[in-house]
Amino acid sequence: MGIGDVIGFAVGALRGHRLRTALSVAGVAVGIAAVVALTALGEGARGYVVREFMSLGSNLLIVLPGKVETTGGMPYGGTTHDLTLDDFRELARRIPGVSRAAPIATGTETVRFGSRGRSAPVIGSTVELLEVRRLEVASGRFLAPGDPEAGGSEVVLGVEVASELFGTSNPLGEVVRIGDWRYRVVGVLAPHGRSFVGFNFDDVVVIPVQTAMRMFNRASLFRILLEMESADHLDEGKRAVLELMHDRHRVDDVTVITQDAVVETFSSILGVLTLVLVAIASISLSVAGIGIMNVMLVAVAERRREIGLLRAVGAGTGQILAVFLTEAAVLAAIGGLVGLVGGWLAVRAFVRVYPSFPATTPAWAVAAALAVAVGVGVVFGTLPARRAARLDPVRALQGR
Amino acid sequence: MIELRDVWRTYQVGSSQVHALRGLDLAIAGGDYLAIAGPSGSGKSTLLNVIGCLDRPTAGHYIFRGRAVEEMSESERTAMRQQDIGFVFQFFHLLARLTAQANVELPMLFAGVARAERHQRAADALQAVGLAARAHHRPDQLSGGERQRVAIARAVVMKPALVLADEPTGNLDRSSALEVMNLLEAMNAAGQTLVLVTHDPQLAARARRRVRMDDGAIVERS
Repeated sequence: MGIGDVIGFAVGALRGHRLRTALSVAGVAVGIAAVVALTALGEGARGYVVREFMSLGSNLLIVLPGKVETTGGMPYGGTTHDLTLDDFRELARRIPGVSRAAPIATGTETVRFGSRGRSAPVIGSTVELLEVRRLEVASGRFLAPGDPEAGGSEVVLGVEVASELFGTSNPLGEVVRIGDWRYRVVGVLAPHGRSFVGFNFDDVVVIPVQTAMRMFNRASLFRILLEMESADHLDEGKRAVLELMHDRHRVDDVTVITQDAVVETFSSILGVLTLVLVAIASISLSVAGIGIMNVMLVAVAERRREIGLLRAVGAGTGQILAVFLTEAAVLAAIGGLVGLVGGWLAVRAFVRVYPSFPATTPAWAVAAALAVAVGVGVVFGTLPARRAARLDPVRALQGR
Repeated sequence: MIELRDVWRTYQVGSSQVHALRGLDLAIAGGDYLAIAGPSGSGKSTLLNVIGCLDRPTAGHYIFRGRAVEEMSESERTAMRQQDIGFVFQFFHLLARLTAQANVELPMLFAGVARAERHQRAADALQAVGLAARAHHRPDQLSGGERQRVAIARAVVMKPALVLADEPTGNLDRSSALEVMNLLEAMNAAGQTLVLVTHDPQLAARARRRVRMDDGAIVERS
């Protein structure tokens, strides 16, 4: 009796009980669909976050003032020096492997044009920010290149700020007030999409860094962004930054984080989240497995005469076991296939509603889902199949 | 071909023991036609199940073609049922979801006969019982007599040396019963050993040899 014959016989038996078969297939299908859909969503969330971070620019070293670790001993936590434009200039010039560098100073202020006003984050930076943060200018130009200390009173508007203040009219060349200061609009940023990490660049105004620090009366920068030539330079660059800053401040008082470390952390957090989702979905699979066991137990009880007859015509106990085990496995495999299609449709529907969400079912999840489904069938089909194989032929023929 | 010596079959029912067979002796030669008669509960079916290796004697010796069945393993007895013995039951025991053809193919399926050969031999067996035209009907589309003829085709498709029929006409009208008996007897005439269990004295009278059982023992041989 070849495997094809066993499967053929099992499928025939399943077709003989369509409703029962359909119900237990549905049980497995729901479980598998849940696993597939949740895996896709979890993986999608991970992909989304990673993409968001990448959109901030790649191979970034981010320097911020203050030490993240708690340092004991001194009262008031020791001295923290300001992160100054001088520091920025030295870092940009002296760190090996830096391709671009941009300082960032921030504050929030009301931007006014005529009678309209809008409170918006104000970013003080230099022309390099455009490249480092992968921004694009829709009209006009970005900040003028030149010495970061030169200042100047020009402003680049985020697209939302521009449309709120100017409606459909052209803001280029107009003068807006930010706080008590007057700036000439030189450009409008292209829509950047809502970014949930960092700033929403649609809703900011960008002014020269020196002007921003004066306007907010700040001595320290908020961040210094260093874009390295390649990922290979990140570790070396980070060490060099810490060394240089130690030389300048005589104390370790800056923190350097790499973009990759942040991405990796988020990625692994979301990877764990995906696993948790899958684990929860797997509970429904075990419920489906119990459903299969139940159905197979009923089938064995109902088909005692058939089992007795098969024994009488020369089916061995191993063959009876194989037939019923195969039946359970086929049941589960069909459920797995239906569930895959269902999960895939669910993911498709989700992507249709949230097009920016990169929810795709990874190939490993498809393979794993099918393997798990068949495994569930075999595991939960074993008890009923053994019961069938152990039936006494004479009693089974009598339906007892 | 078959020799039973002092065969006992005892069931435990609650706390008491029930003897379905009490020290039974019986010999059946190859090509024989034996009827086992007796009232219900006399142990006829138990005897048939023991002969057919579906049941094991509690004590005693059962020699089938020179081999001691009580010493055989479960898989050896399965092989005997597969190759050497064909069963015909009172309630036909056809699988309702399978066609007549597929029902006849069942023994060959479990014996590992190749698909094409299976198909051919089942078709031949159905032809032999006069049901070639009904090969693709399911049991519920067949009359009682036709169902039993399908069951007979299934019993002989492996060309067993021995056919065991347990009240094969008990569920049939008179003319169907006659057809079925003629079929079984024609196969016996062609050399197949036939053992028939019946409580109907008229049917038993057709056999070459008869034994009558009562309370687990043979009380009359003729």
